[in-house]
Amino acid sequence: MTKAEQRNLRNGLFFISPWLIGFLALCVYPLASSLWFSLCDYSALSPAVFTGAANYRSLLTDGVFWKALYNTFYFAAFSIPLSLLISLTLAILLNFDIPGRGILRTVFFLPSLVPMVCLAVLWQWMLNGELGLVNNTLKPIFGVLNYLFGSHLQPPDWLLDARYAKWGIIFASLWGVGNAVVIYLAGLQDVPRFLYESADIDGAGFWRKTWHITLPIISPTIYFNVIMAVIGSFQVFAVPYVMTNGTDGPDRSLLFLATYLFENAFDYFNMGYACAIGAALFLVIVVLTYAATKLSESHIYYAGK
Amino acid sequence: MLLALPGCRQSPDPSQGRVVVEYWEKWTGFEADAMRAVVDDFNASQNRIYVDYTSTSQIDRKLMLATAGGVPPDLAGIYSSRLPVYAENNALMPLDKMAADAGITRDRYIDIFWQMSMHRGHLWCLPSTPSCTALIWNKKMFRDAGLDPEKPPRTIAELEQDNQKLIKRRPDGSLQSIGYIPEVPGYWDPLWGYFFGGSLWNGRDAITATDPGNVAALQWIASYPKRFGVHDLLTFCDGFGSLASPQNPFFNGRVAMIMDGVWDYNFIKNYAPANFEWGVAPFPSADPVTLKDVTIVEMDGLVIPAGAKHPKEAFDFIQYVNTQKPMEKLCLLQRKFSPLRECSAQFYRDHPNPCIATFVKLAKSPNARPVPPLAMWMQYQNDMMNAVNRVWTGKAQPEQALERVQERDSQAFARTQARWHRLAPLLTAEWSKQP
Repeated sequence: MTKAEQRNLRNGLFFISPWLIGFLALCVYPLASSLWFSLCDYSALSPAVFTGAANYRSLLTDGVFWKALYNTFYFAAFSIPLSLLISLTLAILLNFDIPGRGILRTVFFLPSLVPMVCLAVLWQWMLNGELGLVNNTLKPIFGVLNYLFGSHLQPPDWLLDARYAKWGIIFASLWGVGNAVVIYLAGLQDVPRFLYESADIDGAGFWRKTWHITLPIISPTIYFNVIMAVIGSFQVFAVPYVMTNGTDGPDRSLLFLATYLFENAFDYFNMGYACAIGAALFLVIVVLTYAATKLSESHIYYAGK
Repeated sequence: MLLALPGCRQSPDPSQGRVVVEYWEKWTGFEADAMRAVVDDFNASQNRIYVDYTSTSQIDRKLMLATAGGVPPDLAGIYSSRLPVYAENNALMPLDKMAADAGITRDRYIDIFWQMSMHRGHLWCLPSTPSCTALIWNKKMFRDAGLDPEKPPRTIAELEQDNQKLIKRRPDGSLQSIGYIPEVPGYWDPLWGYFFGGSLWNGRDAITATDPGNVAALQWIASYPKRFGVHDLLTFCDGFGSLASPQNPFFNGRVAMIMDGVWDYNFIKNYAPANFEWGVAPFPSADPVTLKDVTIVEMDGLVIPAGAKHPKEAFDFIQYVNTQKPMEKLCLLQRKFSPLRECSAQFYRDHPNPCIATFVKLAKSPNARPVPPLAMWMQYQNDMMNAVNRVWTGKAQPEQALERVQERDSQAFARTQARWHRLAPLLTAEWSKQP
């Protein structure tokens, strides 16, 4: 290394040191210490005692943990594709050159500005079994269906019935698609016009253009949004926590990994066990992100490559 | 001009060089104001200590984090049900010696509240305000249904007979109102066994979720979905408004009887219609002879967190609150009863709740029972609530639901016991050095 290189290295490190220090102190240290505590019996109030893999062994046999894991996967399995589909469709529609486009874009973005807690309280009432807007809309529809087909359909008690509770949360989460829509819109602006023009000359219709031009060009944006949705939906906490008034929902149907972690850490004083749940959650997210990266590798188009 | 800007004046330090005792309390609204009045009296009564009173939401978690971080307040007001988990995890300072020095003994209190202040042989808190539950019924609904409005049910069987007569349905067959439903207000799910002679632990070394009394209680719960249908019951319950609102199902005539704590008077006063006629009686039990005057007792306790900077001064305030006059002032302003055995006639004369004596009688009953003093109670409570919910929605049989709780929480109990036995020698040594 020459003197100039050494100097550059030193200066470079100096200038990025605030971020390096921040990363070490606020990411690496908490991550490492939480991994250490996951191997301990730790209440946060008295010193941690090393217990080896005891917390992880308990996790394997803890039915409630598996239920939380199942609920989290269930939520993710439906909310990620649905939010992807809806946000992408909205973005493509809002990208059409129609009058009032700016206003429409704002309208679809607005719900994302509602704070999570307000959103949860709002949906708590929308999904109310007796008085809610959703059921009062469904009631006449079901009435007609029941009349026509002699069926006995009834709108469900969304948040009190374990069979439907997660769907209530999934619907509520779809309100937040505005953020993804904005990112997709930005991506859509980047699609070169000339590609559409040459496709027009070749006689391609809307669907073919979308499939062969739009989607491949914005694939990095889709990839980014999917990863963000995976992380976000596996960490789901605030909305179900508020909607159930801090409980686990009917038959624990709204107990998610993050909620169970929180309960163990702050209600049960089992910080060590909570850290083990955190490690499990971390592992799940890492594996899924890695899988998403690997699976989509050959389908993502980077103009720079 | 200056007079128009009073906010700009630097206010003088209210403590004026006195020892400042930082006090966190969970109450808000008028309950917080009640304690503030007592704090103000204390601050004015002497010039050595200044209590700095802060009304804090979610005190359980904030106290835990502040104590773990080594910056706890000097004094905190917590729920008695949280005492064991705090004490066993070294979050509190024992008060035995300071209480003994101050001449505070068991005979000063209604017995159950002293018992609830003790854990593992040490005194951890002294009461601020107590509470217990009772049946509260709507006399007008009784009269309208042809029942004697002055004769509340005494047994669960009578409760269900009255319930049957109080049911009203809409033209489409859906429930309009009901006599009684165990899910209103919904706080007591883990404890229904008490009214059937059940227990949640054996007082020594095991939890007893599958106690026959608890099974009987859940069988009673299970009878509701059987009689009314799960869907109709859930839809009916989903229509209830917040308890602290005029849409409280007990106030808008959808439910004729509830079990609630002494605080329900404040809800009645603020949210019930002006002509609301109500009465208070012991909640019915399975057997009026052996299970007479069963009630669930709760208590707000004043504790000194481990690591507090001014424990002696904090205790001086606790001692002040636990004398008759300040205690009666506090409990009167919060519309509760006094946890002290001695209570002035004036207190009862001034008390706005005409039924307060019934609550006092219940608190003194041998069947007054708190939640079990277990460090793992929060988990046990959650699991019991889940068991009741599974039975309530017809997802499980009572025995099956309780067996699941027994299995899971026996493990949790064993874990907390192991933690306690590991920490006890260290902690006992530390606790013997009490100030």
